[in-house]
This record gives sequence, C-alpha cells and structure tokens, in this order.
Amino acid sequence: MTTTPDPTLAPAVEALLARAAQAGADQAQVTARSGRGLAVTVRLAKAERIEHRQDRSLALTVYLRGMAGMRTATCATTDLSPAALRETACQAVALARLADDDPAAGLPDAATLEGAPPDLALSYPIVLDPQPLLAEAAACEAAALAVDPRICNSEGATVSATTAAVVLGNSLGQLVGYPTSRKTVGCVVVAEQGGAKERDGWSASAHAPAAVESPTAIGRIAGERTARRLGGRQLTTRKAPVCFEHDAAATLLGHLAGALSGTALYRRSTFLSGWLGAPLFPPFVTVRDEGRLPSGLGSAPFDDDGVATQDRSLIDGGVVAGYLLDTYAGRKLGLASTGNGGGFHNLYLRPGDNDLAGLLRQMHTGLLVTDLMGQGVNLITGDYSRGAAGFWVEGGELAFPVHEITVAAHLRDLFGAVVAVGSDLRFAAPCTSPSLLIEEMTIAGA
Amino acid sequence: MDPAEHLLLAPAGLDVEGLAALVAEAAGGAIELADLYLEHSRQQAFQLEEGRVRSGSHAIAAGFGVRAVAGEATGFAYGEEINAPAIRAAARTARAIAGRGTTATVSLVPRAPAPLYPADDPIDSALDVDKVRLLERVDRAARAFDPRVDQVVATLAASHQVVVVAQSDGELVADSRPLVRLSISVVARTPTRCGRGSAGGGGRSPFALFTGELDPETLARAAARQAIVNLAARPAPAGTMAVVLGPGWPGILLHEAVGHGLEGDFNRKGSSAFAGRLGQRVAAPGVTVVDDATLMGRRGSLSADDEGTPPAATVLIDDGILVGYLQDRHNGHLMGQPSTGNGRRQSFAHLPIPRMTNTFMRGGEVDPQEILASVDDGLYAVQFSGGQVDITSGKFVFAASEAYRIRAGKLAEPVRDATLIGDGPDCLTKVTLVGNDLALDLGIGTCSKGGQMVPVGVGLPTVKLSALTVGGTGG
Repeated sequence: MTTTPDPTLAPAVEALLARAAQAGADQAQVTARSGRGLAVTVRLAKAERIEHRQDRSLALTVYLRGMAGMRTATCATTDLSPAALRETACQAVALARLADDDPAAGLPDAATLEGAPPDLALSYPIVLDPQPLLAEAAACEAAALAVDPRICNSEGATVSATTAAVVLGNSLGQLVGYPTSRKTVGCVVVAEQGGAKERDGWSASAHAPAAVESPTAIGRIAGERTARRLGGRQLTTRKAPVCFEHDAAATLLGHLAGALSGTALYRRSTFLSGWLGAPLFPPFVTVRDEGRLPSGLGSAPFDDDGVATQDRSLIDGGVVAGYLLDTYAGRKLGLASTGNGGGFHNLYLRPGDNDLAGLLRQMHTGLLVTDLMGQGVNLITGDYSRGAAGFWVEGGELAFPVHEITVAAHLRDLFGAVVAVGSDLRFAAPCTSPSLLIEEMTIAGA
Repeated sequence: MDPAEHLLLAPAGLDVEGLAALVAEAAGGAIELADLYLEHSRQQAFQLEEGRVRSGSHAIAAGFGVRAVAGEATGFAYGEEINAPAIRAAARTARAIAGRGTTATVSLVPRAPAPLYPADDPIDSALDVDKVRLLERVDRAARAFDPRVDQVVATLAASHQVVVVAQSDGELVADSRPLVRLSISVVARTPTRCGRGSAGGGGRSPFALFTGELDPETLARAAARQAIVNLAARPAPAGTMAVVLGPGWPGILLHEAVGHGLEGDFNRKGSSAFAGRLGQRVAAPGVTVVDDATLMGRRGSLSADDEGTPPAATVLIDDGILVGYLQDRHNGHLMGQPSTGNGRRQSFAHLPIPRMTNTFMRGGEVDPQEILASVDDGLYAVQFSGGQVDITSGKFVFAASEAYRIRAGKLAEPVRDATLIGDGPDCLTKVTLVGNDLALDLGIGTCSKGGQMVPVGVGLPTVKLSALTVGGTGG
C-alpha cells in the first residue's frame, strides 16, 4: 500500500541540484525530507499534551574535483525559497574549496545506486486526529495503573502518528523516493513501596497502525514491568552468569554494529579491526542486517548515499562475515559499500529454541539484566562497564529485584561467552535481539 | 533587537503589535499561559581526520512554535514558514487543547536580555581558512606529543541561535546566542595495546576564545596525554570503595546525581526521588550546589531562557539541605513558585521544559593533595565520558575515561574505562572532603532529556566520597 511521497520534494531536489551545478559543483547529491505528525499524551486520565509536528528540510552534498581526489562539503536548510537554495549551493561550494583533496570522496559508482525502489510496505493510511489518539493513550495508561495497587503515579501514556517522505537525487541522474508512516504507543508509570519509587514502561511501534499491539496490552506490560522492580537491593560484588533480557541484549548488538562500522574500521578505532573471517561468537550465533525486511522499522530501499540496500549477515555461524560500510568507508577500506550509509537497517540476532524462562532454568543461578544505564562502552579497547538493574535468579526462578550494580567484561570475551540464545525475538525496533545467556561477567555492587 | 529584527521580524513583516496580535490568538478563555517562539539558527563545522580536513558543513534552520497552556494541559504546534497566517493557524491549533473561548488582548513590552555574551554571529568572527588552520595545528600538536599517537579526529563548530519570545503576560525578549566548540579525540597505539583520549572546550563567544587554557595546542596535548596514559591502563577494580573526583568536568556527578532529580517537572508530578524533600538533608554539611545561568560567556549561560525569563543563580542544596528546584513557567506556576529561568527548548520544534544551565558545587577549604593522601585504597577519577540517571529510583551512573587507583594515599596505576554507580539522594551525604580548587568544565557538555539536546556546563572542586560503587572487572 504505497502513497505518493510529498509532491513538493522532487522539484526542490532538482532545483537545488541545478543550483549546485551553477555554483560550480562537479558532483552533487540532495536529500529532501518532510513529515507531518501528531503526538498526544494522557497523564492520570487527563489530556496533558497535544503536539502538532510539521518538518521539512533539504541537505546538499557537493564534490569539487581536485588534483588528488574530490573536495566535499554539506549544507542543510529548512528554507526552500529560491534565494535560500542559491545561498545553500554557494555556501556548499565555498566550504568544499577549504577541504583537502580526498581520493575516497565522491558520489557512489552508478552501478550500486537504487534506480527503482521496491515497495517495502513502509507506508499506510494513518489517522492524524487528536481525539482517537487521546482515547488510545487513556486506555493504555488506565491498563498500566490497574496492574498493581502500588502503581500510584504516572509519567503518562503517549500515542504518536506520523507520515513522512524522503526523496534523494544526485548529479548522476538518480531521483528516487519513498513514503513512510509510523505509529507508536507507549506508557511509563511509577510504583512506590516503603518510600522507594521505581519507574518503567513499555512501548510498541510499527509502520502499519494495525500492527501495533493494543494500547491495553502495552499498558499492562508497562505496569507489570514497573511493579516487579519494587523492593530492589544491591548485590555484593561477584562473578556470575548473566542473562540479558531481549531489549538489554539488543544494546549488545548495537555495540557490535558500532565496532563493525566502516568509519571505526578505517580510523582503526575499533577492537574488531581485522576480525573479518574470524570466530567472535560461538557457532550457533548468526547476526543479520536486513535493509529490505517488509515493513521493518529500519527498512529502506536505498541508504543515505542512494545505494541499494541488502539483506546480509554480519555474523555467520559465529564468524565475522561482514562490515557496515557506506560508500566513503568502503573506498577507504578497498571494499564495496554494503548499503549502510546511515548505519544498520534491521539488525537482529537469529532466535534460538528456548523462551526466557528456559534460559533462566539453564542459567539456574545468576543475574537477569532488564535495564542498562550510561555510556560505559569503549569500542576502541572493547571495555564494557554499564549500570544495570534486573533480578537475581535462583533455581531458575526470579528471586528478588536488584539495582545499583554494574556489569562488566571485555566485549570480545562477552560475545564469545554466549551460551544460549532465546526464542523471544520481536521486530519492535531497528535493532532487536532475543534474550541472551552469557557464561560469566563481573558484577560490582556493595 | 538587532539580529532578531534582521533575521526574524523584518523578513516576516512582524512588529511588536503584530506579535502581540498573534500571541493573543493562542491566549484567552481557559488558557493561562501562551507564548510564541521565533528562531533562526545557523551552524557551521569543520572536521579533520587522518591529517586532512575531510569536509565542512553548514546548516540553517528557522521556524516558530506556539504553545497554549491550560492547567496541566499543553497544546503545541510549530512550522518552518514564519509568517502571520501560518502562525495564526498554529495558534488556533495549539489553543484547541482548552476548547473554544474568547481571544485575549495582549500588549507586549520589550525587555533587553542580560549582557552575558556578544550578539554577533561567531561564524563570521574568523576567516574559514583560519578555522581550517586551527584544526591542522591540533593535528600537528597531538602527533608531536608522542609517536604512539595514531589517530586524531578534531571538530571545530560554531553556531548562532537568534530567538524572539513573546508571552501572553506581556513579556517580549530577543536573544542572540553565540556558541563555539573544539572537540578532539585521539587514539594511541602500540603493537599490542591502544588507548583513547579526548579533550575540548568552548563557550558563548567568538573564535578568539581559543587561546590560553583553550589554546588548540594545549587541548591537543591534553587529549594525546590521556590516550598515552590509557595505553598503560590496567583493569579497573570492582566494588564499593572511596572515590576522589578531580575538579571541573567530573561535576557531571552533580548533573546526574541531583540536578535532573531537582527539575520542576519531575517534582510537580511527584515522579522524582527528590519530590517532597525541600528542607531535608540530601548532602553532607559543607556541600552547596548551585545552577547558575549568569556566568559570562559559559556554554550553559543564557541571557534569557527560552521563555524569556532573566537568568539566575539558583541554590539547589545549601550546606547539605535541599532548598530549591529548577523551574520553568509552567511547572513553577503549577507548584506556586516563580520560574528560576530554567525553561529551555532545543528548538522551535520542541516544548520548553526545566533544564540545567551551569551546575556546580561551591569550593571548600581542603588542599586537594590532602584529599588524595586521606585515601588508603580507592579510585581517583579525573575525566568522564558521560552519565545517565533514573530520576525516579535516583540511581545514576557516570563513566570514567581517565582514572587511577589510589593506594596508601598515593596515586598508583591508571585503570581502564569503568562506570561508577550510585543513589542520588544518598550519594552526596557521603562527601567527606571538599577541595579549595573549584573549576568549571572547559565547555563541552550537552545534556539530553525527553529527546531534546541543550548545551550545559558543570563544575566541581576536588571531592572525596567515602563510598561509591566502581564497575570494573579487576580485584
């Protein structure tokens, strides 16, 4: 079900490309984006916020041919008037003159460009009327508050709906675009017991409004996740097996993607430099990045460079099978772009057979991590140390909630120590994972 | 109203009466507070990597936002074409949150912002070719520091944000906000090890700022030195121990442990771990924490906040007692408190919310050397990469990127990156010594809240915490 992208975008792209050529650019690319949306929040059963959104922007990249490669600069504007387009093109060319010649800079090779984007089912009719969205938000919050009497407060439930379009054109003649839509329902509530408070929440998002779980189901999960955190305590410092619940596990894939990114690789700023073909995970682990997953939240027919996206493996049978490369990083490394200008698309780890309860039985005694905090990940060295909260597990069952602890390991050791993969994969975000059981990590606490 | 007149009002054909009529469209009836925010912002950046200037970038964004508030409810609409018909339509959309009502009459009285920084666009304060040369100086100085320096990435950025805020109660303020920043990241390498270092600085100033302690060579050597130190880093310890924080940027402790928890929105809603605790002890005697937007030229400073409120120095914790929250107009109004000038928004496309500006702990009297000498076995952390807080449970983290073990009162080996975790309402009660060396950070901080990024500053004297959990892998 495809609708036409914003009809004003393609003419703006062509106008700015023409301006860039007039200003002296040897090559140019323009990306235009527009979006319209509505976000409503209900807190404690009353409408708290109605936000109407409307965005539009143009980004121009120019290349000037030099003695030893191209010189480049990028300019963006929200003003689409002819005067602003002329100014943007002149600025870009002036800035590019100051850059150094770079043999890796320039538009992609024509053969890699997406010429006729396939329909990836990313756009659906969507309601942009506050009243029905407010009703859904109210139902979501009410379901969360009803879960447990200790849930006594709320940060509110938010429902948002947006439609957007992107059009990309370049001086090689490519002019492509696609529309998208998205609906998100989420809720955060607060529970209290003995003077201590906890918050948690849940949300779901999809291109198709009908694919989003019901507001009451989302609210119920938000309530359950909040109430179960009450009564948390610190663990003493120890080494123990650690199970990362699905969403926490997905953050590990995010670090993997960062360490396999082309920019980090050509800057030699990743602990995974030179790991292509080497075993990083045990053989039962496969990590995929799929740009063309139908209705995938990270799906796109072409990347930020206009290059056709792919469905591919980053980890195949435990072995590093691919990098995430844009056109520039690919040239720096002597490799072809993988269609990852802008990063990964739908990054996921292939699920195993056991649900989370099965993983916890297998772990028997250890830590279930449900939430992670902070930026304590150094992808240059691979050192990983983050704040965590979750549950201590005894005999395969949740024993008590824990908080104010850290989990730490070297990422290489952590990836190698995956002993089991859960079955609980859901495509709820561009980066997603089933729960993962890790043999052992250092837990710091009291 | 010079840049504002030139960039925002004149092109849209708006004057004071015209603005008043548009604000009035959003006000009246059940609407208690309405405002119109016009913004024109310009950003320029140059980046150097692998010894070459890879590219420059430039961006212009302009637009308006209209807000209408009734009780706890807010209606908001924004757009990118600044003209009276578009603003009028958005005002009607925003005020629909309170149903239909009569339109108000608004008369605006212009007020000059506090003179904390020059109004001129810093992008024009230096030739572009000199900005590129500055980056090349950074690269040379970092590589000259030590042959093991392998990668240098440096970014020089400048921005100019011009805003006009018109409030339904008659306030009208325009502010022109310059901001410059140099950030440097270095990787040092031996055949078997690598280490990361970073440094940077900036403020609300023209490019002339980059001299003295913000001299590009000085900052480049600081980043290179940290990368070399980290080459020799051993695994950080794991467990709860005494922690000494160095002066300046480690003030991120305050930002995470108490600052966010004292923002008015979370306290009005009762979702903060600090809610209802005004007048109670939340820190050791001798600990005084201030949020100060009035500092000349600092990254977090504001001549007027994004609701037009004049800047203030707000004492949050006075000698260990919680005495104040950070308020914007809406949350302050609902709590019966005045705005403290902390209503900030990332852009016209975002709603203002209570945010920090420059948050620091006042200096004490102890010699920093004495503080280190008092620790038998602990950690000395001088640089951090960032932090995060759960304002409801009060648990917060911040990640050390340069830290050393303290043994028998002396600095020992450097340790690898590790997260420190604590409990906000409890953490500052464990401050046992406060140094006499208060320093503000050099101007590198960006705070994220509710999806909105704003520039902030932090500051700290050397402090000793008797116990904090350190999340390493070692013993």
